[in-house]
Amino acid sequence: MLNYAIKRLGLSVAIVSLAMFLLFCMIYLVPGDPASVALGPRATDAMKEALRVKMGLDQPIWVQFMNFFMGAWTGDLGEEVLSGRPVLDVVFEQLPYTLVLIAGGISWSVALGIPLGCWAAIKRGSLADRMVGILSVAVIAVPSFVIAIYALLIFSVTLRWLPAIGAGEPGDVGDQLIHLILPSLAVGLGWVGYIARMVRASMLEVLEASHIRTARAFGLPDRTITYRYALTIAILPTITLLGVGIGQMLSSAVFAEIVFARPGVGKLVYDAILTRNFPVVTGAVLVTTVIFVLLNLIADLIVGALDPRVRSSF
Amino acid sequence: MSTLSISGLNVYFSTEDGPLHALKDVGFDVPERRIVGIVGESGCGKSTLINAILGLLADNGDIRSGEIVFEGMRDLTKLSARGMQDLRGLRISTVFQDPMGALNPVLSVGRQMTNIQYRSGQSHSEKVARAIEMLKLVRIPDAENALARYPHQFSGGMKQRIAIAMALMMEPALLIADEPTTALDATLEVTTIELLKDLQEKIGCSVLFISHHLGVIAELCDDVVVMYAGEVVERGTVRDVFQRPSHPYTRRLLECDPARQTQRTRVLPTIPGEIPDLRARPAGCVFAARCLDRHDGCDQHQPERSVSGGHAVRCNLVGSRQTQGEQA
Ligand SMILES: Nc1ncnc2c1ncn2[C@@H]1O[C@H](COP(=O)(O)OP(=O)(O)OP(=O)(O)O)[C@@H](O)[C@H]1O
Ligand SMILES: [Mg+2]
Repeated sequence: MLNYAIKRLGLSVAIVSLAMFLLFCMIYLVPGDPASVALGPRATDAMKEALRVKMGLDQPIWVQFMNFFMGAWTGDLGEEVLSGRPVLDVVFEQLPYTLVLIAGGISWSVALGIPLGCWAAIKRGSLADRMVGILSVAVIAVPSFVIAIYALLIFSVTLRWLPAIGAGEPGDVGDQLIHLILPSLAVGLGWVGYIARMVRASMLEVLEASHIRTARAFGLPDRTITYRYALTIAILPTITLLGVGIGQMLSSAVFAEIVFARPGVGKLVYDAILTRNFPVVTGAVLVTTVIFVLLNLIADLIVGALDPRVRSSF
Repeated sequence: MSTLSISGLNVYFSTEDGPLHALKDVGFDVPERRIVGIVGESGCGKSTLINAILGLLADNGDIRSGEIVFEGMRDLTKLSARGMQDLRGLRISTVFQDPMGALNPVLSVGRQMTNIQYRSGQSHSEKVARAIEMLKLVRIPDAENALARYPHQFSGGMKQRIAIAMALMMEPALLIADEPTTALDATLEVTTIELLKDLQEKIGCSVLFISHHLGVIAELCDDVVVMYAGEVVERGTVRDVFQRPSHPYTRRLLECDPARQTQRTRVLPTIPGEIPDLRARPAGCVFAARCLDRHDGCDQHQPERSVSGGHAVRCNLVGSRQTQGEQA
């Protein structure tokens, strides 16, 4: 297992490095001079030149890259253009809100998706199965920002059951949770569909396996067979899928944060783009990339811990 | 008293092209403490028969008529799903063909072995002790530590022995073995067969042993049932059937057995032709289309005829009276 974890970690470092390289190329290729963009049209040439030197833009490209690369790995993502605050601090200030939002989305998708998929597989071909199928496709097909807007209109504006905007009173966990319900549902609802379909498909496959027939032939109760012998295997591809799905949830989170006027990395990036605060944009993108890679790593390690075959194949 | 007594069993599968008559008028006994072999080509209904006994027929399968009497009192075809589950693994155990896939890949061997003792009423440590005892009995080296390991960490032969240990752990009255050695190589096959015979004597159970390997049947079994296209075409003691095969199909099967080839031939003899479509069974003998001794009488219904005590055959070339209890 340790071997597996180390190899998987090495892969993650490689992926993040590649992401940094791509991000650097992107900044470099964006037309326009970052210094003039940052300072606006009324800046003097001397001001632009000073900023250019401060940002290291006068150096050769490979020095710039090494500076960026080494800086990024040591947590130095540059400074915010106007206030001069370190970008990392700005991003980390917003990060918890986004992480909680995504955790909420995952909770919805797991808590609803796994039982629904399991149920559909056991009642295969029944009306319930077909209902779950239709529902899954429906929630997958509807974009998350549409879900966010409708949830806001129905539950906050019309019914007034749940708060419409913000993240709740700081320090009041109950209030924060209530504020989390709708945005996290918007982020996670599509994934209820993906997970239900995935769990159903892999459950059906596992239930056909000969070891399940053996378990039946040993007279094990249906419950034991379904949950302990079949679901423990059927869940594995779903965990991997969730690891990948977090990337998509991150982009849904941007919409949810804008629609519900929640603080968070998505909102931060959105505002930064509007104010051309590019260091914040790259910093936030890099941090979310690292988080995405990290969560993927965790998903794979969970699969490794649950599946003895994966563990020993590394 | 017989451990298992099957009579007039008819099983159908509903398919898109109409009903498929998979087992027709199947009947034979598994006497107490005896090993009965079932032999027949692929697709002749061996697995269907086992599933019918275990109550594990596919959803589209259906027992239309017949009896499967277990230990002289219970007709398994009339038992509820719950009643059947109570017998499985406790009184009737099964070892399946595929040793690679028969064990759950994500549960340790120990976990699987203690799980199936859930009805024993024993403490966890007693269940573990029982599991270790069984693993030792099937000669798994280092049995104590084997419990913590997972199926993929064992070889195919070991997995099959573990499966046998699991099947015999609750000391069933009947062990069903569906081609348990087919996936193993020849040496492993021999040791596994010997082990099975040993354990059967120790536990005193009856065995229903399915194989298409005639040598194994001759070695291991007391009685043999020859199946063709879902029918029992010949049955009797191994001695009677192997020495005086009375059905043309049995004779061809024995001729084609590679172990019996005295001369080195490049091509193994096989029986030309195929099993008839079970959705449209011939009215007469099912083997007629491939039979070398075919004649007019073959178009008629073939009742089971007795050759000698306990040796019966469905072929009108055997000029004898019908066996008792045959519902023609
Ligand atoms: N669920 C099913 N639906 C339809 N037909 C089936 C079903 N199961 C089995 N059959 C048919 O019943 C017949 C007997 O199949 P069975 O699996 O019992 O044969 P077998 O003797 O075990 O063969 P093998 O040696 O290959 O395991 C075959 O013609 C098969 O196609
Ligand atoms: Mg079979």
